[in-house]
Order: sequence, then structure tokens, then C-alpha cells
Amino acid sequence: MNYHGGDYDVIVIGAGHAGVEAGLAAARMGADTLMLTLNLDAVAYMPCNPSVGGPAKGIVVREIDALGGEMGRNIDKTHIQMRMLNTGKGPAVRALRAQADKYLYQHEMKKTIEETENLMLRQGMVEELIVEDGEVKGVVTQTGAKYNAKTVIITTGTYLRGKVIIGDLAYESGPNNMQPSVNLSYHLQDLGFEMVRFKTGTPPRVNSNTIDYSKTEIQPGDDVPRAFSYETTKYITDQLPCWLTYTNEETHHLINNNLDRSPMYSGMIEGTGPRYCPSIEDKIVRFNDKPRHQVFLEPEGRNTQEVYVQGLSTSLPEDVQMKILKTVPGLENARMMRAGYAIEYDAMVPTQLWPSLETKKIKGLFTAGQINGTSGYEEAAGQGVMAGINAALSVQGKDPLILDRSEAYIGVLIDDLVTKGTNEPYRLLTSRAEYRLLLRHDNADLRLTETGHKIGLISEERYERFLEKNREIDKEIKRLKNTVIKMTDEAQKVMEEAGTAALKDAINAAVLLKRPEITYGHVAKLVPPEAPVNEDVAEQVEIQIKYEGYIAKQMEQVEKLKKMENKKLPEDLDYSAINGLAIEARQKLAEVKPLSVAQASRVSGVNPSDVSVLLVYLEQGRLKKINSSEESSSSLAE
Amino acid sequence: MELDTIAAISTPMGEGAIAIVRLSGKDAVEIAGRLYKGKIRLEEAATHTINYGHISDPATGEVVEEVMVSILRAPRTFTKEDIIEINCHGGIVSVNKVLQLVLKEGARLAEPGEFTKRAFLNGRIDLSQAEGVMDLIRSKTDRAMKVALSQMEGKLSTRIQKLRQALLETVAHVEVNIDYPEYDAEEMTLDLLREKSEFVKNDIEKLLQTAQQGKILRDGLSTVIIGRPNVGKSSLLNSLVHDNRAIVTDVPGTTRDVLEEYVNVRGVPLRLLDTAGIRETEDVVEKIGVERSRKLVNEAELVLLVLNFNEELTPADEELFRISEGRDRIIIINKTDLPQNIDMDRVTELKEGQPLVTTSLLKDEGLDELEEAIKQLFFSGNIESGDLTYVSNSRHIALLNQAHTTISDALEAIESGMPVDMVQIDITKTWDLLGEVIGDSVHESLIDQLFSQFCLGK
Repeated sequence: MNYHGGDYDVIVIGAGHAGVEAGLAAARMGADTLMLTLNLDAVAYMPCNPSVGGPAKGIVVREIDALGGEMGRNIDKTHIQMRMLNTGKGPAVRALRAQADKYLYQHEMKKTIEETENLMLRQGMVEELIVEDGEVKGVVTQTGAKYNAKTVIITTGTYLRGKVIIGDLAYESGPNNMQPSVNLSYHLQDLGFEMVRFKTGTPPRVNSNTIDYSKTEIQPGDDVPRAFSYETTKYITDQLPCWLTYTNEETHHLINNNLDRSPMYSGMIEGTGPRYCPSIEDKIVRFNDKPRHQVFLEPEGRNTQEVYVQGLSTSLPEDVQMKILKTVPGLENARMMRAGYAIEYDAMVPTQLWPSLETKKIKGLFTAGQINGTSGYEEAAGQGVMAGINAALSVQGKDPLILDRSEAYIGVLIDDLVTKGTNEPYRLLTSRAEYRLLLRHDNADLRLTETGHKIGLISEERYERFLEKNREIDKEIKRLKNTVIKMTDEAQKVMEEAGTAALKDAINAAVLLKRPEITYGHVAKLVPPEAPVNEDVAEQVEIQIKYEGYIAKQMEQVEKLKKMENKKLPEDLDYSAINGLAIEARQKLAEVKPLSVAQASRVSGVNPSDVSVLLVYLEQGRLKKINSSEESSSSLAE
Repeated sequence: MELDTIAAISTPMGEGAIAIVRLSGKDAVEIAGRLYKGKIRLEEAATHTINYGHISDPATGEVVEEVMVSILRAPRTFTKEDIIEINCHGGIVSVNKVLQLVLKEGARLAEPGEFTKRAFLNGRIDLSQAEGVMDLIRSKTDRAMKVALSQMEGKLSTRIQKLRQALLETVAHVEVNIDYPEYDAEEMTLDLLREKSEFVKNDIEKLLQTAQQGKILRDGLSTVIIGRPNVGKSSLLNSLVHDNRAIVTDVPGTTRDVLEEYVNVRGVPLRLLDTAGIRETEDVVEKIGVERSRKLVNEAELVLLVLNFNEELTPADEELFRISEGRDRIIIINKTDLPQNIDMDRVTELKEGQPLVTTSLLKDEGLDELEEAIKQLFFSGNIESGDLTYVSNSRHIALLNQAHTTISDALEAIESGMPVDMVQIDITKTWDLLGEVIGDSVHESLIDQLFSQFCLGK
């Protein structure tokens, strides 16, 4: 028997990393929001690696924070270790990564959700959507509760028709033996959505007490306190280390001898796995000349002995997994607590989405996270916050927020998904961003705080602080550009300390700062500002002056991109009627329905000549004509 | 919104035993069918056949030409559209008449290169091939034709793809260091980057060197004949033109520039400047004097300076030496059939090691040597006979120049100690620019490279 559960503006299905951000963003924007999850003990659960951030991903966390999302704040409160990566490289690729206490992370996030106004968290399995006239109206749960809603966001992660595989054992399951969500997947197919089968996996966990760390290398956190969130003021100083060890010939031999028992090679797994996240058996088959592979030992929390064995992701049978562990230095006597497994799940083909993450087929229905074909907590959270924002904006009757590729990694991620689709679980890489020098870890707040404030997710107080920071940066840059450093003994001493050439003459402070060896600190020492500037201001001043030329070049490219982004294409354009477009391009464009020529040019299968044809037609105003005359499409050759 | 049907005479005007009117577009068969009379109706003819018949004017019924008509139906044609080729007798009159009839029946006169443009728009050929074809259309000598052909076959593409692959591997290596900082791949150091960048820079330079030759092959080597009156400029011009096949330059719709003539000297196309000036009266040259010569020399890539064997060097001769100083130049001492009065030691001094040829144009002597000297000067003897990978298209040259700038920027950044990921910006840009040359800048291939080159995972 169905019963009426309630009426909401936004319903979020799922409370993983996408779901929690979606729910929080929508509720904070004033939407009456309900979050439904299979299991209240799995809110913000980390079924795989206990870490947040890293190259590209860490920048996404900062972007989420600048948009008023939760991931950054939450990991700042619950990590066991933080490191800045790529410090030896340029500012564009620096990235923060935290090792999480995955239990604390969950508890903290659940607490935040429970304390948030307008947000109702409830256990329940959604089996059906209520759809009328191509518009979503609500959801129905397994227990018969019927909730009405103006918008629905699906964030089901790997739960949709999940299947866990360990050796020749396979059973229906969500991650880590959670209950899978089966009916919803069939329901989505019935609604006409195209689904794909993806696969991912996780390594075994071992008991820390049984590891001989003396045979491994220590990987400590940074000495300097770090934080993802621009709001964090309290830093965790008590950090736990990770450890590094390696596989060897014996490991590889053992795996090779047991390949016939691997579901990957016996054909039992049908889902597509990601190339960047291969199982250990995959690595050994594909790179058989590599004598060893890295294995990182990462604690799963402060109050547990469980250790995540990064690098040994596998779906080999449990007995083989135990033998593999024993071949690795430090793990000879390790006791396995959980076996590694592969998991298959249903995902939606993401080209069925608009860049707002709303489905093209059903109005008011949004999807975010792993269901859209991505992998990774950060990718999920980034989409979650956008889906939450856009669902709330939709309820408010406002235009969606779409970040472009030059504004945010989140923009790159979503544009890639909805424009190109993906044939494997999608992971963000810095190389996916054309303008990564603009999409830095250090300037996420400068890029997005304004937007976050405008949609109501950034408080006035935080916004004021942001404006003040901006003013200080501008002021200090201007000052340095107008300041001359004289050729004094003191100056030459600083040059010597910095390991750079002595001054031959007086020099402009900004010009001096462009020298690779010179930091803002050196310059400020010689020509100090009236009042010392904050560290984050100094960082911006240094980066913006030092890499001025490169930044200007990328800005130029962005200008060009914007021109193409501004050439809008109608949503319902009949590509079959545009002559000169290759057949493949017609099909792909009709499927993706790009909103601009720039997006069209990124659709795979659309080549430059197709783009020039589109431009020619746009120039000649023919697109309008094509759209208004139906009969023209029937006169097509081929 | 179908592309309309276009037509043009696609053989050089006035030359050859046959001339062809070509039509492309969905109405091509129908239009030609209304003009053609043969054993069967053209509409019923099988595709890729050639059919004998006559073209007549539908208005008067008058037969205007005896023809062979090729019928090529879409999509297996050059433009992927229906194509009709009407083979007429050579000469200008009849073929023009056929074209006029075709246009009257509804075809539109094609713009230069429009057939190729359609082939490109219809996805028949890629950008670099299309541009190769454009050059083919304009190629003025047999050798230029060969360059255009080899570019079309993808020799340039192959070479650039090799270069891009080298860059891609380097970039992927930098990327793996960035995206997987803890992965045990060797760090791509600035030293390694410098080595790779220099290799690429050198190869781009080599390609650009061929560009100059490619451009000359296409546009002709602009050449000026200078000399005092009565030294034999006019005879030299006539000998060059008579000895070598004159090349027709007319592109439909343009009038022939009477001031220039093209000759093909042993594979080197010469564009002879101011030929009218030389032909009309040699006195004029004297009157306008050195100023005019100076102007012509400035326009020219090759200077042929003619002297009189029979006369002493005059101040005017010395002035001509001076204004053509530093140019590619061949000194021609004419009239060796007459007694010597010229001071050869002084000439040797003035010519600064440049080639010198003695001729008697009156007796047809020395012309072979002159032509050989022109060929040597151009090919510098160091072109391998099979190596025809010239970059001969100005868009390609512009892109290669840009690529050269960006890879030089990368090297400069390496020298100034910029971090690898900054250097990588210019390296990636170089890769993109080279991709533009061959019409391929798909970013996804970097990701593919990353995962096939390195073993990454969690």
C-alpha cells in the first residue's frame, strides 16, 4: 500500500559524496529538501581509498568549497594526514591530498546534514520515479512512501544493480556488502534512459598490528598545517603516516599462475573498468616488463587497525589474495581483514544530460556522481554540488549555473561528460583541462566565490573577506610594479642568498620577482609593504607576477573560446537538414544537442570541417531557416 | 538546403587535345542530360561509365560539339556528389560554348578550387589533403605537381605525425609526473625536455627550409633580366621562352598578367618580371635607367645580369652590379661570337663568387650552361631526388612558423628555469599547432598515451 510521505522542492536519492553535496546545497539555498538513502550508516561512506584530493581532484575540493560545498570543510575536520603534492613543480599543478579517517568523515558529514535547516535525512530505497508529461513529480520507495517533489536528483553511485565479484564468486551487492538498488535501474531503463555497465574494484584491507613497517618506507604528512577550506581556522597537527612497499617477481609469478582464476580473464566480468585504476592482475598482464609495482599502506582511521593496501586492487579469489599479500615486504605475516573485490554497476550514458546535469528526457530530473559514469569521491561531490544548485535554481525559476572549461575543473568534468560521454569510469586529470594554469589550487576562491555568493551559498561575512583579499592582492601587485629596488649591499646579499645573479643596476620589484629563484619574501624583505600582507595574498602576488606572461597567453585563448561559446545553437536544431555535415557528425550532434558551437566542436566525431560548416550556416542565418522549414530535411541526399 | 550544382572548365585553357567541362551537384546528371544526345539517355547510363554522343543547344537544336561524357554518381566521386565530365575537343571556342549551355541550364560557375572545397566539406578529404589539392590546381610545373601529389598522399602528414608522436610521449611523461606524483616513473627533467624540444625544433626548421623551395615551386621564382641596352636581354628572354615550354597561368576569371611570363627551366619555374618592358623597346630601359632596374631587382628572387663580351665594362654595368649585390644572381656574358673587350678580371672581382656563364645567344651557344646554373642555384645540389616533402602551402608554413616560435619559447623557458609544467604549456601548444597542419587536434589521444605508456592504478 502506498502512502503519502510528504511534499518537497528537491529529493536527493542517495547520500554518498554526490548526494550529500546536492542535498546540502539545495537546502542551504532554501529549497525544502529530502535525502533518501538505503542505509543511514552509509552517509558519505568511502568504500574504497581513504583519501580525498590529489592532482585535479584536490582542486575540485577547493572549488566545491568556494561554491559553499561541504567536502573541504569536512575533510579538514577529519583527516589523519595532509600533503601538498607537486611542490617542486609550478603553481598550476600543486594539489593538496588528505588521508581521511573514513569513519570520522562519515560521522561528521552526517552530523552536518542533521543540523542543516530545510534538510530531511531519511532511510529508504527509491524504486520508482513519478513522471507526468515528461516532468518528474516525485518518488516512490520500497516501503510504499510516495513523496512529491518539484525536482529529483539521482546519486546512486555503484549501487544500481551492483554485483560484487571475488574470484569465481559473484553476488548482487552494493559496495562492501551494502544492499544493492535493483528496481530503480530497470525503472530508469523503462523510462527510456540508456544505461551502461561499468566496473571498478578495491584492494584488500589488512590488520596494522600484523604489518612489519620496518621493511617499508615511511610517508609522513607535511609539517606545515594545511587545509582545503577557505573557512578552516583550526588545524589538525597530530598526523599519522602512510607507508610504501613494493610487489616483486614472486608476486607477479603468483598472479600469473592464478590468472585462470581471475574473473577478469575468465570472462565473468562484463563491465568496463577504468584504465587508470587497473587491478594488480591487469597491471601485471599489461606491463609485464615492469619488475615491481608500488604498494601504499594507508590507515583507514584513528580508531581502527584496518589498513588499505593501495596498489593491490584485485578480484582474484580470496585464497590467492592472501598469498599475494604474503609476497610483499612488510606484509609477510599480514592478516587480511577484508578481501578485495571487483564491483559491476549500472551507469547512465551521460550525453543524455544537459550541462546543468538535468536529463534531456525528463524535466526536473538530475543525476550526479558515479551514475553519470565518473569515479572518485571528488568528481562525485563536484557534480553533486552543481546538481543541488541547479535543482534549487530550477525550483526558484532561475537559469541553471553552468561553469565553463576556463572557470573550473568542475566545468571541465561536466562538459566532458555531457559532450563526449565516456566509455570507462571517468577520472579527472589535470591534462583534461586546457587552461590549467588558470584553474589553480590556490585561486579557486578567486574564481568561484563571487558565483557562490550570488547563488546564496557563501555568507556575507566570507564574501567580505574575499573582497578584502582581492583588494589587497591588487594593491600589492600595483605597489611592486611601481617600486624600484636600488643596488644596495643589502640587495646584493639577498640576491646571493637566493642564489640568483647580482643586480647590475636598480631594478623594478615586479621584474625582479619574475626571476625563478626569487620569492615574494625576498622582495618584501628589500621593499616591505606598509603592513605585512597575509600569506595567501603573498602567494597570489608572487604567482600572478611570476607567471604573468603564461597567464596572459591562456587568457587570450580563453577569449577565443568564449567567442565560440557565445555562438549559441538552438536546442532543437535539425542537424540532419544541414548539408555538408558528415553523417557521423549529424548523428552525434543530434544526440548531444550542444548549446554552442564551442561545445559542438568538442563532440567526438565532429571534425573541424563540420564546425566550419556550422559556422558558415550560422553566419548566413541559415540555421533559423532550417529550423522553420520541415520539408527541407526530406530533400536530403544519402 | 542542398549545395547547388557547379560547373567549370577543368582543363587548362587552349592547351591539349581535349578540354573537359565538369559538373558537380545533385542536378549534374539532369542538366547534362538535357544537352546530351547519345545511344541512351544520360539518366539511364550506369555510373562510372563514359558515353559517346553530342551536345546540342536545346533552344535551337543545333549540335555544338561531339563529346564523350563520363557519369560518376555519388558518393564514390571526388566531391561525393554526382559528377559529370564532358570531354570536348581541345581549343577554346567549343568548350566555352558547352560551358555556357551548362550554365544556361541551371549550373553555377564554380569558384576556383570549389570542387575541392566540396570534397572537403563532404568529408571526402582532410584539410591538408584539401590544401594539397588547392596547390595542385595552381601548380605551375611538373615538379610542383609532384610536390602537391606527395603532400596529398600524406607524406607531410606522416612526417608531422612522427613529430607529434615524439611530443606526445614527452608530454605524457610530464603529465604522469603531475597527475601521479608518487608513481615511480622517472621524473621528466628539464634536461630531458630540452633534448626533446631541440630535436623537434630542428625538424621543424628542416621542414621550413623546404617551404621556401615549395613556395618557389608553386609561385615561380621571380626573376629579372637586367643589363645595358643591346647586351641581349631580349634575345635571352626569347631563348628562355622558346627553349622551354611556356606555362599557362590563367585561372578562370583572372586575366593574364602581360608583364610576367612563366617558363619552366629544368624543373625550376621562373616567373620572368617586366617581360613587356624588355620586349617593347630596349631604349625605354635606358631612359628610365637604373631606378627601374633597382625596383625590379628588389622584387626579384633571381637576378640575371647580362654583360657584353664585346664591350668594356661601363659605369652603368658597375652600377647594375652594385644594385644587385647580395642577391641570388647569375652573370651572363653574351656575344662571345664577337671579339673580347671586357675585362674578365674585373668581372670576376665584381661577381663575388656567383655563377658566371658565357653565351652567344645569336649562335644558340651557352644556353644549356645557363639553365644548368639556374637549376644548381635553386636546388643547391642537396635535394634527394625522391624527397619531395616540401611544405608548399602558406597556411602550413604559417603554422610551422608558429610551432617554431612555441617550441623556441619552451626552450627559452627551460633556460630560465621555469617549472616543467610551464614548459609543457608551450610543448603542448606546439603539438596542437602541428596537429592543425594535418587537421587533427584531438586531445583525447594524450589521455590514451598516458595510460598506454605508464602503468597507473590504485
